[in-house]
Amino acid sequence: MRAPAESGVVRTAAWDPHDPRAAAQAAAGRRRQAWRIYGLFGTLLLAAIVGAPLVGSTPLDLRAVLDRTRPFADNLDAQIFFIARLPRVLAAGLVGATLAVAGVVMQALLRNPLATPFTLGVSSGSALGAMLALTFLPTWTGGALTSVPLASLAGALGAVAIVYALAQVRHRGFSTDVLLLAGVTLNAFFSALILLVQYLSDFTETMRTMRWLMGDLDVAGYRPLVIAMGLLLPAAVAFAWLPRSLNALALGAEQAGSRGVPVLGVQRLAFFAASLATGVAVSLAGPIGFVGIIVPHLVRLLVGADHRIVMPASALFGAAFLMACDALARLVLSPVELPVGVVTAVVGAPFFLWLLIRKT
Amino acid sequence: MLHGVSLDVARGGITGVLGPNGSGKTTLLRMLSGALRPTSGEVRLDGAPIESIPKRGLARRLAVVPQEIHPVFDYTVLDLALMGRYAHLGPFGFETALDLLAVRRALAATGTADLECRHFDTLSGGEKQRVVIASALAQFEEDTRDEGRLLVLDEPTAALDLHYQIEVAQLLRRLADDRGLTLLVTTHDLQFAWQVCDRVVLLQDGRVLADGPTEETLTPAHLHALYGVRVDRMTHPDGSVSLVPASLVGDRGRRAPTPVLAMHGARR
Repeated sequence: MRAPAESGVVRTAAWDPHDPRAAAQAAAGRRRQAWRIYGLFGTLLLAAIVGAPLVGSTPLDLRAVLDRTRPFADNLDAQIFFIARLPRVLAAGLVGATLAVAGVVMQALLRNPLATPFTLGVSSGSALGAMLALTFLPTWTGGALTSVPLASLAGALGAVAIVYALAQVRHRGFSTDVLLLAGVTLNAFFSALILLVQYLSDFTETMRTMRWLMGDLDVAGYRPLVIAMGLLLPAAVAFAWLPRSLNALALGAEQAGSRGVPVLGVQRLAFFAASLATGVAVSLAGPIGFVGIIVPHLVRLLVGADHRIVMPASALFGAAFLMACDALARLVLSPVELPVGVVTAVVGAPFFLWLLIRKT
Repeated sequence: MLHGVSLDVARGGITGVLGPNGSGKTTLLRMLSGALRPTSGEVRLDGAPIESIPKRGLARRLAVVPQEIHPVFDYTVLDLALMGRYAHLGPFGFETALDLLAVRRALAATGTADLECRHFDTLSGGEKQRVVIASALAQFEEDTRDEGRLLVLDEPTAALDLHYQIEVAQLLRRLADDRGLTLLVTTHDLQFAWQVCDRVVLLQDGRVLADGPTEETLTPAHLHALYGVRVDRMTHPDGSVSLVPASLVGDRGRRAPTPVLAMHGARR
């Protein structure tokens, strides 16, 4: 240890701290590094989009799919690729990206690395809505909208409203402790109601609700995807604006405030954007667990903690990850398909435990 | 809780705030930095009511260093210091060369330049404290000598060992003397206050007990009134001063040495 008397001397570093050119180079270097990471994860996602539809009970050959000499009506491979499999793969991408980013935002908002998009009860509210619709409503279809997704979205909105109201009661601001407790309690309460609904339902209904809870990416064509994307758009805009503020929020609310962050507004925006996006994702594909926690942690391990890099990278990697898990689900017991929620949990739980052990 | 506290902080110099636990030091700091609004009365920065100043504008002129900081994610030193530039960044943008220059100057000023790529969690307490001070320094506009720049620190040496206490004390003095910052510091350390502060405010039960130049406020009489402890102010032959609390637990020699807990030659 050096003598305190010498500490006034600036230690020499590899660069001169007062050199504007070195600073400009470093700034450009950081920007280049960020784009390199986006590019890398983007390439991974592209590979998944092209590769995942080729996998399944009938293996496809990409050359046959893209064969321009045959008309589309005669090209069975192209039909399977574009009509049967691609919508499902894109659904996996949309849901994976949404849950991964919502996970990042929830972890930053609650200042808790173990938070998930489902921590605040959105998914169990959504599940309760879907259970009620599956059990008590006659199957109703209005265009591309069906009763189950609508009911589950309504359940998610209800859960969001309750948690938000509870978080406001005790504090004028946004207490993350109250949010967490409210979320945990609400999760337990909704789970009890779900059990009650299942107790009141007959065997077929129970079977269908069980299947819904396992998560299912089998969407009917491109229409539901377009609708979901429309609903996700406002959340996506919020997600694009948030990273810089979430970085500062990681230091604590008061610290963020003293750095110029409009803390309350940021917390509100983060809460609503993440919750609503989660609600949309769950109503599209059911509560697919672990994506919202594995992906953010893996990405942080690879690229560091800066949310401006972590959030886009998590979106790209989350999409690719769920596409891969879904391909695995179709492949393992082919021609029987596993529920994708089972695959993410089987892959995810051991990984998560490893994370926990590694920390301690 | 504060009961009618009035305080004018002139530009430049270091003002220390001392008082027992619960005397209102932290409340005072939070009010002066705009984090807490007084129920009555007002706080002004350069003549303007502090709540009327936009948050981003305020952050460029007033920075706060808390006692301790626990980021939830594993940020590097550079990442953490760059968070000080929040008020200078565009809504989506990455840092410009100007931001990086400001941060590197701040890191150099606090002697943490070579820690740039380390992870914050791996630093020692003293290094962490100086990186957080660097992050706060990076908040300021580079060349605003005409506007007051205020650095508020809550017990900056409380968690540090002797070596780092002295380093941080020297750093604070340099910031006030060389860079013309105005510093506001709370502390429990009498010796630190004596050596570092130009002016000391003594708080007791939310009221100002004494306020003035350090030599006039840190007197044995004031300190006895404040803490109920006799403090000897001893001037050494070389002119330096020690503030030494008188022992309240009796003389060491008269305590009987009966060990309750014993350990012999333990290894691990």
